[in-house]
Amino acid sequence: MPTLDQLKLGDRGCILAIQGEDALVQRLYEMGFLEGEQIEVLGFAPLGDPMEILLRDYRLSLRRSEAARIFVRYPVPTPARRPSEGDA
Amino acid sequence: MTSTHTATVALVGNPNVGKTTLFNALAGMRQRVGNYPGVTVDIKKGKLRHKDQTFEVIDLPGTYSLSPRSPDEMLAVEVILGRRNDEPRPDVVVALADAANLERNLYLLTQVLELGVPVVLALNMVDVARNQGLTIDPERLAKNLGVPVVPMQANKGVGIEPLKEAIARVLSNPQPSFGPTFPEAFEKEVGELAEAVGASTPRYLVRRALLDVGGHMEQLFSRGSDDGLGERLRGARQRLAQAGCTVPGVEARTRYGWIHQVTKDCVRKPALRHVPYTERIDRVLTHRVWGTLFFLALMFLVFQSIFSWAGPLMDVIRGGFGFLGDSITKVMTPGPLRSLLVDGVIGGVGGVLVFLPQILILFAFIAVLEDCGYMARAAFLMDRLMARCGLNGKAFIPLLSSVACAVPGIMAARVIENRRDRLATILVAPLMSCSARLPVYLLLIGAFLSPARGFSWWVPGVTLFGMYAIGLVVAPLVALLLKRSLLRGETPVFVLEMPLYKVPSLRQVAQRSLESGWMFMRRAGTLILASMIVVWALLYFPATNPATGKSFDLEIAALEEALTSPREEKEQLEKELDEMKEESKDDPRIAELEKKLNEVNAALEPMEKKRRDLEQQWKGQSALGRFGKALEPAVRPLGWDWRIGMAALASFPAREVMVGTLGIIFSQGKGDAGDEGFREGLGDTLRAVAWDDDPQRPLFSVPVALSVMVFFALCCQCVSTLAVIKRETQSWRWPIFTFVYMTVLAYLGAFVVYQIGSLLV
Ligand SMILES: Nc1nc2c(ncn2[C@@H]2O[C@H](COP(=O)(O)OP(=O)(O)OP(=O)(O)O)[C@@H](O)[C@H]2O)c(=O)[nH]1
Ligand SMILES: [Mg+2]
Repeated sequence: MPTLDQLKLGDRGCILAIQGEDALVQRLYEMGFLEGEQIEVLGFAPLGDPMEILLRDYRLSLRRSEAARIFVRYPVPTPARRPSEGDA
Repeated sequence: MTSTHTATVALVGNPNVGKTTLFNALAGMRQRVGNYPGVTVDIKKGKLRHKDQTFEVIDLPGTYSLSPRSPDEMLAVEVILGRRNDEPRPDVVVALADAANLERNLYLLTQVLELGVPVVLALNMVDVARNQGLTIDPERLAKNLGVPVVPMQANKGVGIEPLKEAIARVLSNPQPSFGPTFPEAFEKEVGELAEAVGASTPRYLVRRALLDVGGHMEQLFSRGSDDGLGERLRGARQRLAQAGCTVPGVEARTRYGWIHQVTKDCVRKPALRHVPYTERIDRVLTHRVWGTLFFLALMFLVFQSIFSWAGPLMDVIRGGFGFLGDSITKVMTPGPLRSLLVDGVIGGVGGVLVFLPQILILFAFIAVLEDCGYMARAAFLMDRLMARCGLNGKAFIPLLSSVACAVPGIMAARVIENRRDRLATILVAPLMSCSARLPVYLLLIGAFLSPARGFSWWVPGVTLFGMYAIGLVVAPLVALLLKRSLLRGETPVFVLEMPLYKVPSLRQVAQRSLESGWMFMRRAGTLILASMIVVWALLYFPATNPATGKSFDLEIAALEEALTSPREEKEQLEKELDEMKEESKDDPRIAELEKKLNEVNAALEPMEKKRRDLEQQWKGQSALGRFGKALEPAVRPLGWDWRIGMAALASFPAREVMVGTLGIIFSQGKGDAGDEGFREGLGDTLRAVAWDDDPQRPLFSVPVALSVMVFFALCCQCVSTLAVIKRETQSWRWPIFTFVYMTVLAYLGAFVVYQIGSLLV
């Protein structure tokens, strides 16, 4: 299963699962990384890390090592606007 | 509500949603706002008047959730729960949400709803949402959420009145609020756990204990003796995982699921996502190549403009102080009091205040950067480098803020969750070149590295940039060392939201730079003035010439008196001579004039020497002189004499003191010319100074100037910084540590620069 850090600039994916239960994972959940959500890779910092991501209409940056904890389905069919809820 | 009790209104919300902006609008305060997450780190309070009622408003630091991981994060939760003795429990919570990013912002609201306090939702940034093509129906949202919703635009004051009304309404008729319902299995575990810990722990905290793996509540529970609570928690989580409500995911799923239900019929999004201009700008500004180039160019622009824009204003200030010094010298008789006023107060404090324009420019730049949203991009660009040093990209914001002043910079480190990282950031923040170093750099660069000294136009800017670069390079290296030794630990998480760019508000920028300018003047009037007086006194007394029994001051003044007319004659002759030479080279009168000039010089020279000797003798036997000379061997390797060494030592309270002290040391005792430091500029005075033991050898050279600058770039001569480190770390150990390591670094840096510099020159 690919993880978020393997995606390239402009790629879109759909979150499948997040691994772990530590502070990072909890923070990711709180920020809205949820199973079923769509994400898009917007860019990378000069040394290829961290990466910038579009999630739920806002942008945030994540380290690749952190993104590696997020499993995604990729590629996804044409950009569907809203994820269907209750995928959990 | 009883009339005797002032109701308390707490503002909570995600970072950067505009809480402080709203707070300022409500309470008429001027707290700092900025366009990046984590501007407010302290609880701020103010009074709000509405009709005949008065409320107390508190502005809390922004947070994404109320799941405390550290004592700091626990603060907001405890305040809202009324579990802190020093803070009253809020009667209403105003939850702010960014309308353009509603779902994520409502997450925090769902947690607030569980705390059992009446809530009003302030739907801020409706302008941004509108621009992105979002439409929100506030009435329907209020109905779905079960709390009043007030659309607003805090920075324009839109919606303030309706918000006040809503607060008053909720206060007079508090309604219980309900958040999402958790799965039954979960509620059952919470119920059992709540029974085990007793009724004194609010239900919300029991939930937190279960949900936050390794969080603050779990730590509290497991610490408490051997009642097996830690075990119970683990057992409960295991059972929950089997029941399909895995911790921590269950919380996010429940809350976001509810949010989706609540918003689906009242929020309409455009079919195609609107690509905001911010993203287009960011394609350049966070680009690997262009972004980095832009960052460097921006930094250079800041430093170059500090030089080129401030000149005229500085001349005005300098002229003012020069005039003041002149006038006092004219009306007062020579003596300690005149010396104190002219040399100590005007020479010292004035010498520092001359740099006010630069400070204003620097702060204005930082304010623009903070307000437009660039800070978060800088953190993004620098994270990789910071991570190499075991730090967080977020640490870059405190470090960059420290360029203005280390005190707010150190406080800004509170946004860093991890304790060890925060400490590392605090300990290296004072290495960033702050505005207090600016006067030292500017004085020395202006005197020794300016175009007037034969350097190219870009040398001052680049040198200044170089001084700042020292901090920028050394701070991460020290952090790396700390993280490898004292503060070992893993590299922490970096989840940073990118705010939208916005045009910086002129008022905001003007206000911040004026405030800092005022602070700077206040410091000059208190701390710096006091240090100046001490330095002046130590350099003035004892003032009696042991050889003659008379006061040095008066002797020099008498000598100056006698010197006035021969000096004028000499000047006159030199001028005539120059004019004559210009007209024709072989005028017979030239030889005649030259002869006359030589005669005048011959008479003048011994007197001038006597004057110099007297001055040198006086300073040498003063309290500061004796002490300084005893210490001179320690500073010789840096290329300094005792006077520079003393000036550096005396600037322990604040770095700017250095400039004033140099002014005092090198101008005091010049009798009538006491204010010449001002007329000519302290820089010219410094260039004219020679070594005590060799009047032909100038004291300052480019390597010496650089060595002094590097020393100040690295040292920690600032009591305010040390005090704030003490406050933030709750221990004396860290300020002492910081002072010692920075002084050692500064000494080594100055040593290396001087030694290499003297080889090259
Ligand atoms: N467009 C727009 N900008 C706003 C609005 N309200 C506030 N701002 C801007 O948003 C930025 C953040 O405001 P702050 O008040 O510092 O935010 P805060 O919530 O206190 O942030 P922290 O202290 O970091 O938690 C500032 O640049 C404000 O000028 C609004 O309604 N519309
Ligand atoms: Mg704030």
